[in-house]
Amino acid sequence: MPIETWLIFTMGIMLVGSIVALEIRDVLSAIIAIGIVGLAVSIAFLFLQAPDLAIVQFLFEIFALIILVRAFIGKKAHEDSLASNKTAAVVVGVVLLAILFLCLPIFRALPPFGEPLFITSAHYTKMATQETGAANLVASIILDYRAYDTLGEVTVLFAAILGALTVLRTSRRTQKGKESK
Amino acid sequence: MILYVLCFALFLVGVYGLLTKRDLIKIILSTAIMGYAANLFLVLFGYRHDATFPILTEANAGQPMVDPLPQALVLTSIVIELGITALLVALAIRLYQKYATFDITKMRSLKG
Repeated sequence: MPIETWLIFTMGIMLVGSIVALEIRDVLSAIIAIGIVGLAVSIAFLFLQAPDLAIVQFLFEIFALIILVRAFIGKKAHEDSLASNKTAAVVVGVVLLAILFLCLPIFRALPPFGEPLFITSAHYTKMATQETGAANLVASIILDYRAYDTLGEVTVLFAAILGALTVLRTSRRTQKGKESK
Repeated sequence: MILYVLCFALFLVGVYGLLTKRDLIKIILSTAIMGYAANLFLVLFGYRHDATFPILTEANAGQPMVDPLPQALVLTSIVIELGITALLVALAIRLYQKYATFDITKMRSLKG
């Protein structure tokens, strides 16, 4: 089977899984549905010849599931039952469908699937082994050619984790000036 | 092209959840869906027909490779997404402790 068929199949699973995750009442079922979506993304990365990404996506999914289940287990989700909310949902759905159809010419203008632009990457695939000595081109890009990007990413990650820890901190910080007196 | 459209549809499902849901858990899940769609779109964009993964081995020496650049950038984006999800979950837990609900329409006071 051509790769497009497999990818359309996995994307169908993703679409169904995400709609189920958004519409189902039970919190645990919604979190498991989002896990299905993430693992389908991981499989799609494998089909797209990106083994590093598949592994990272798999780990991300497991971590995200652990965090979400640990945080939200046993808590009752809010149930949307108001009529006004339903009309809002219909309006938003129609508008988003219109956006999808209006954007179709954009996807036609993009380079077709399977034929990337490959301008910057032509240099990387040719020269990366000689210039960086790495056999894995993805590693050579994130750790050598675009190392500052990675540094910025680590900074953002550090800030996010620091923010999460600060928000979750239970003990109030004692003021040193008052404590000493 | 159908793959791009499906990927964009997945993104729009996330936008739909973000706009219509009033439950904080569902909003966090919507942001995760949008992240998946964006990452997948970038990697779809770098795929090349009849090309191998971008790791040099003896088995695929001399063969064309898929574009390694989107893969490298998406790798960092996935990791950032985990941090963002953790931050959102922490904020949601704090709000639940204060208001005893996840309904965003019931969180009205600004007092800390």
